[in-house]
Amino acid sequence: MADLLIHQLLIPLAYIMAIVLPLVIAVAMFVYWERKVIGWMHVRMGPNKIGPFGMLQAFADVVKLLIKEVILPTKANRFLYYMAPMIALVPALAAWAVVPFSSKLVLSNANAGVLYLLAMTSMGVYGIIIAGWASNSRYALLGAMRSAAQVISYELAMGLCLVCVLVLAGSLNLTDIVNAQAGGKGLFDWFWLPLLPVFVIYFIAGVAETNRAPFDVAEGESEIVAGFHVEYSGSAFALFFLAEYANMILVSFLASILFLGGWLSPLQGWVHADAPGWINWIWTGGFIWLFIKAFVMSFLFLWFRATFPRYRYDQIMRLGWKVLIPIAIVWVLVAGCMKYFGVVTIGTGV
Amino acid sequence: MNSMIRYFKSLLLIELFQGMGLTMRYMFKPKYTVRYPMEHIPKSNRFRGLHALRRYANGEERCIACKLCEAVCPALAITIDSAPRESDGQRRTTRYDIDLFKCIYCGFCEESCPVDSIVETSIHEYHFEQRGENVVNKTQLLAIGDRFEQQIAADRAQDAAYR
Repeated sequence: MADLLIHQLLIPLAYIMAIVLPLVIAVAMFVYWERKVIGWMHVRMGPNKIGPFGMLQAFADVVKLLIKEVILPTKANRFLYYMAPMIALVPALAAWAVVPFSSKLVLSNANAGVLYLLAMTSMGVYGIIIAGWASNSRYALLGAMRSAAQVISYELAMGLCLVCVLVLAGSLNLTDIVNAQAGGKGLFDWFWLPLLPVFVIYFIAGVAETNRAPFDVAEGESEIVAGFHVEYSGSAFALFFLAEYANMILVSFLASILFLGGWLSPLQGWVHADAPGWINWIWTGGFIWLFIKAFVMSFLFLWFRATFPRYRYDQIMRLGWKVLIPIAIVWVLVAGCMKYFGVVTIGTGV
Repeated sequence: MNSMIRYFKSLLLIELFQGMGLTMRYMFKPKYTVRYPMEHIPKSNRFRGLHALRRYANGEERCIACKLCEAVCPALAITIDSAPRESDGQRRTTRYDIDLFKCIYCGFCEESCPVDSIVETSIHEYHFEQRGENVVNKTQLLAIGDRFEQQIAADRAQDAAYR
């Protein structure tokens, strides 16, 4: 009985904690980093009072949100109102199960990892829609509907981008996809080079998918107050916040894994030196490279937010359906030809 | 042809990259932020802040209860009562109240004052903790004047040439 308890409950729980706890801390630091970067780009300083360089600002905000009251609007649907933040958060956390941090370090080496990811990331929008509907507020409903339409259109473009990667890699397993980018030509062995337009489209779609600027019409502070989470306060709001930032970090990690060679080193095949392990990862690759790449990609989110004004709703739709999806479809064809005629030698691995 | 060029320009996201380059340059610029409680920006000697009533060097209060400030005050923030002083029969105020919530800090009271009694100091950091504290009375105003006389006199001297 005790044996069963350990294997069925405690060990999975430990695995979940090993992913979720660092993720939550990463989200807190990411929020701090966002405010700092956007501050710098606005020629301000950003948070600098709490802790060294203001680094504990995010934790102070968490404490503030947790001790605040969760207000239930009078005519809100009680059950769905409280369910929505959880529905938004659970897929954002669950998606991390298949993310490989290095060749060995992966929670679930699922063969259909990419499909699982697609399923999980599109689940998150239900949380937003339910939140908007259950709050019984016009602004929230508008935000939810905008968000739903946007996520559905950009999911298509994102799916087509993934198809290109799958064609070249020949596998749905994320570990295999990274291994397929190994080779002797350094960073030119990764998928970003033959799939450059697709890489750009993937990231744009990822930004739209996570409802971030310049695609943040779902929140649109200047038009519909805060969109779907306008009626949420306290810890329920904190959950939405957590889900949004966890999704952003996830998209950054996926972009690094699918197009930038995951944990592979950009110096692979160029440097052959024998060095102690703590320095060896620079050319043999390791999870630190994945974190560096994901950090750069997530920085782009903040950079976009500080730079671009919000898209109008019809412009978002036009961009998604008339620009991104056609290019992605064409590139699926191009990628297929490249693979079939052997134009690109990558994707075979070593 | 032009539309084709424009099409490719927007397709290659050139303008977006230019914009991102701009924000990236701004990211490394020196910041404008003033860390307010620790740092202060320079303040003009003409700054109109908290009010004060001044005294002459011999300790006699300047105010002669002419009530010009009360008359000129556009916000009706000043209330003055006057009576002959018991010791020597001089005309003095028995009550001089300023409601700081009504006051719009226009400085008319200071300009109208024939004896430079009521002045607006450059103090702008003050607060009230109880209801009613916003009405400052004669004692308080004189105390402010006594405490900051040096500063007030210096500000007036600096501005004297332009009056």
